[in-house]
Amino acid sequence: MRGLTPGYLIRRLGMFVLTVWLGATLIFIIPRLAPSDPVAAMVSRLLAQSGSVEGSAEMIEAWRARFGLDAPPLIQYLRYMRNMLTFNLGYSLTSFPSEVEDMVVRALPWTLGVLSIATVVSFVLGNTVGALLAWRRTPGLVRTLLPLSFTFTAIPFFMLGILLIYIFAFGLDWFPVSGAYGRALTHNWNWEFVKSVIHHGTLPALSIVVTSMGFWGLGMRGMMITTDGEDYMILAQAKGLHPRRIFWLYGVRNALLPQFTALALNLGLIAGGSVLVEYIFAYPGMGYLLYQGIVNTDYTLIQGIVFIMIMGTALGVLMIDLLYPFIDPRITYETR
Amino acid sequence: MTLTWDMQDAKSTDDRDVVLEVKDLRVHYATPLGDVIACNGISFKVYEGETVGLVGESGCGKTTTAMGVLRLVQPPGRIVEGEVLLDGVDVLSLNEEELRRVRWNQISLIPQGAMNSLNPVMRVKDQIGDAIQTHESRAREAVKERILELLNLVGLPARVYNMYPHELSGGMKQRVCIAMAIALNPSLVIADEFTSALDVIVQRVVAQTMLDVKDRLGMSMILIGHDMGLQAQLVDRIAVMYAGNIVEIAPVEDIFEESLHPYTQLLIESIPSIKERKPLKVTEGLTHDLRNPPPGCIFQFRCPYVMEHCREVEPPLRELKPLHEVACHLFEEQDGKIVDISDESVV
Repeated sequence: MRGLTPGYLIRRLGMFVLTVWLGATLIFIIPRLAPSDPVAAMVSRLLAQSGSVEGSAEMIEAWRARFGLDAPPLIQYLRYMRNMLTFNLGYSLTSFPSEVEDMVVRALPWTLGVLSIATVVSFVLGNTVGALLAWRRTPGLVRTLLPLSFTFTAIPFFMLGILLIYIFAFGLDWFPVSGAYGRALTHNWNWEFVKSVIHHGTLPALSIVVTSMGFWGLGMRGMMITTDGEDYMILAQAKGLHPRRIFWLYGVRNALLPQFTALALNLGLIAGGSVLVEYIFAYPGMGYLLYQGIVNTDYTLIQGIVFIMIMGTALGVLMIDLLYPFIDPRITYETR
Repeated sequence: MTLTWDMQDAKSTDDRDVVLEVKDLRVHYATPLGDVIACNGISFKVYEGETVGLVGESGCGKTTTAMGVLRLVQPPGRIVEGEVLLDGVDVLSLNEEELRRVRWNQISLIPQGAMNSLNPVMRVKDQIGDAIQTHESRAREAVKERILELLNLVGLPARVYNMYPHELSGGMKQRVCIAMAIALNPSLVIADEFTSALDVIVQRVVAQTMLDVKDRLGMSMILIGHDMGLQAQLVDRIAVMYAGNIVEIAPVEDIFEESLHPYTQLLIESIPSIKERKPLKVTEGLTHDLRNPPPGCIFQFRCPYVMEHCREVEPPLRELKPLHEVACHLFEEQDGKIVDISDESVV
């Protein structure tokens, strides 16, 4: 375990717990600072639907007790923390009696699947293109054509999503318009189902890859130009190494280090889903769920999703911190 | 220029083989205001087993000359013309793959900035190893043995084998670079100010390492630097450069005892002495704009002995006595003696 010490590991894990705790506390406090009362809001919604509800005052009281909102804030907070620790995210306010936990567990795999694949593909493609753009040996024609792939970065991904649906789903009918798998299929992992999942996931993933590639590419290009001016690049050339080896092991390997940090932060955000992309493609992931939660003012749902996002980001950063000594030998957590 | 070379060939053809012959090398750097002439027709030879020092002030084109010889001039620089004959083959006319094979096998480099010349994410063994394995197909065990032998040769402990560059001190990094440069027994090693980034104590140690290695392996070297003291200890011949030109080239004793060119004399006078206290001599005037050199001698603006003739005719590099060439109008050869024409005295 180069560079990693038990002492650091413990400190770093402590930091992780602290981050998640602070985040969870914030999402406990913030909604309670808002003037609206979710139960009263729900009852008035019921009132609006059915004209009159008998005993609405008692109903509010009963529900407040049911959701534990009548307890003193400290008790509420302790209960809340216990629930978060056991991943008991409570009931959804609007789709009662479904539990938030179940909703999240149903949505999370779709989001993780599409977004992590899209992010990794975008990272690999973008960085390769960026590095090639900065590389002096890249043929002129390639170097002229490659920047075109970055022009899509200027288009917001939801716009591109709409465009992709218009062309490939409506126009050419190559891909389905919405959903995560064919309606006729049951949820079991046979080839038919997997094929359908890939078929449905392609367009959402593509819209993310194409629009985020430029972010990686432009960053990588800058880093690569800086690296190319380093003395070790000139010495590598003087050594008569194969150009491909110089490019990957001396150039890209060094230029990539800062990109990894950005990747970790991006990976953390994946758990929260991409709201707009999932909304446009009606993809049943976390982003879509969050959208529904916001539209229906479903506080418990929003709270649960935000908690998952906090966990995701904290985990992503934790992961990169622990991996860094292996990526860059100069970084060590040993105290000498 | 041609005449000069013919003369040398006639007079002082050595028994030793010529390892490197640079002919009329010109390197320009493109700038928005015209080309900077960094290397203005450089010609010199390096004989087998010989060390040639290349000295001159900062910006005079020493490193550019070395990079030209290695064909590693970085844009916006470019080699405009010239020949670099390495063991009789013109390096400048090779194709990419041929050039790649010549590099490190026949000509290697000890870089100027040893601090940043090693790849920070690769272990020492991998960096020396890839230089060996690119050019020779050796078994892994044989490569390891060779690397350990090289480390031992430059006085580094075997544990360096597994270390990363950031775990080494500056002097150790520089010695790794020396070990790397001699890994394939090249015919020529170019050392570009290999001690300039080190403090004086470490400089001495590294220079000593260099001397030992050189004695043992007997390869030819070009040693670039502006430290005249260090040069005096390490080289056989010195070429003095000024503004992209070689102004004097002579055996090291001649340079220190009877240097001819006024610029060389100034350089030598600038070496501080610990025995006597002397005022620092500062030349007046600045170097001309390297984008458009004046007609006549390039040193005319700073030369204390400048004559009318110097402003009109460019002095060619002439061999005034065996192996001692100088580009200056001040001297003439008369009856085997060098005469200073300004006061007719014999030098």
